[in-house]
Amino acid sequence: MKRIYAREEWCLGCHLCEYNCAFANSGLDTMTKLKGIKINPRIQVEENDGIFYAVSCRHCEEPLCVKGCITGALSIKDGVIHINKEKCVGCFTCILSCPYGCIMPAETGVIQKCELCQTNSKGSPACVSGCPNRAIVFEEG
Amino acid sequence: MKSFKYVIIGNSAAGIGCAEGIRQIDKKGTIAIISDEKHHTYSRPLISYLLEGKTDLQRMKYRPDNFYKQHNIVLISGEKAVSINKESKTIKLEKGEEIKYEKLLAALGSSPFIPPMDGLEQVKSKFTFMKLDDAINLDKELSKDKKVLIVGAGLIGLKCAEGIYKKSGKITIIDLANRILPSILDEDGSVIIQKHIESKGIHFILNDSVSRFESNSAFLKSGNIIEFDILVIAVGVRPNVSLIKNAGGKINKGIWTNEKCETSLPDIYSAGDCTESFDITCDKERILALLPNAYMQGECAGINMAGGQKLYDKAIPMNAIGFFGLHLITAGSYEGNFFVKSDKSNYKKLFFKDDLLKGYIMIGDVNRGGIYTRIIREKIPLSTLDFELIKERPQLMAFELNERKKMLANISERSV
Repeated sequence: MKRIYAREEWCLGCHLCEYNCAFANSGLDTMTKLKGIKINPRIQVEENDGIFYAVSCRHCEEPLCVKGCITGALSIKDGVIHINKEKCVGCFTCILSCPYGCIMPAETGVIQKCELCQTNSKGSPACVSGCPNRAIVFEEG
Repeated sequence: MKSFKYVIIGNSAAGIGCAEGIRQIDKKGTIAIISDEKHHTYSRPLISYLLEGKTDLQRMKYRPDNFYKQHNIVLISGEKAVSINKESKTIKLEKGEEIKYEKLLAALGSSPFIPPMDGLEQVKSKFTFMKLDDAINLDKELSKDKKVLIVGAGLIGLKCAEGIYKKSGKITIIDLANRILPSILDEDGSVIIQKHIESKGIHFILNDSVSRFESNSAFLKSGNIIEFDILVIAVGVRPNVSLIKNAGGKINKGIWTNEKCETSLPDIYSAGDCTESFDITCDKERILALLPNAYMQGECAGINMAGGQKLYDKAIPMNAIGFFGLHLITAGSYEGNFFVKSDKSNYKKLFFKDDLLKGYIMIGDVNRGGIYTRIIREKIPLSTLDFELIKERPQLMAFELNERKKMLANISERSV
């Protein structure tokens, strides 16, 4: 299955992926409307001492988030882990469970996670297509 | 006599995990799930959210409507299993019917513990809070002019209080312990959560207990008297072990199982609240009556029942819960040295010993806490991490480069 991979040797730490992610999932028509909004992206750049890389859901083959989900809101379809925001009650068991820290609270009180842009209008990962240095790739693993 | 390759007693997380585990290996073998509740599989911890209005009967289904059909499972609901005959490999149901199995999962759950309290039989409006029917029945009684007394300031009692908050009158919670949630929080954490809940107008009475009831009055050990209209008993739960015990299976604190989730009886497995687990953070057998553990035990049992290989060998206590918008997540055991980081609205405490992270508490900001959970579960030596970095904030940066690449890079395309 194709997954998002980070190549930290190429990451500039520009945080564009975070903006592209937030925009892709915002439903807004232009990115300029993000100005002034504190974004809450599903991908996060970690940085320390000159090292940068982007972290997003690994779509684990044995996902602890799905196994532990108390509502059944997290499920796997064709290897991709999806969140049903109607079912989620925001208990954050998945945040407790995710070994990579890739599930986060959404503004609505439930959770959000990377769904590889399959459920928004982009159709394929916006973080990857917008990365200026190919530091995030979408490839067969 | 009806006969199935796999029979699962229990239609909640462990039972469903078992069915899904079986179907990972065996797509065809017949499966029956027996449940004494007449409901489609639903999430027990959601009953407080149901009363609160954050979910409904449809959305709280643990699996989609077509689940049983999709996995070719026969659901025998509203039927209670009353005995297991391990020689003939049959289960007897309450109405007399017998069902034959080749492999059996006993996901028997737990039951509310009701301590002996004088005069309890005089209390007309009394409830426990565990199953969907408990919540539905309690909901029918609730109104803004009715005072509610909850006995027990643990997870169930407090979630119940939150669930009924907007629908009931004054809520009082009483507990014998001197603080709330003692099983999952340290003293400082208990105070933070207690203050937050109290700020909503819920009243706590700690270090005290009910010595007797007289209709709508609770007479406390301290001499105080509490008037109430509705009583909820949420003192704790006890594992349902009798089916396995009566069949001759080994019982300690709960049903004993090995790492494959097998009981001491041939071809009988067990999972969920009725079992005890080996807690790797304190090297002790404990009852970890928690939904994620129940699912993982059930799945492990199912895979093994179907001839696959799986071990359930990383059990740790873990809780994610929130009260009135304040979230907390906790995991592991609270032993050894500790590190505390707190400010006005957040509290974090890490416990470490022998080069291992043993447990943690995060209140308020719970972001990325799962990274700590992983370090506990996988017993990752702290000396291989940048502990100073990760103490401040959970992050993958604290792992060595090679570890980070295994987690994040496409290692099939280049060496690490």
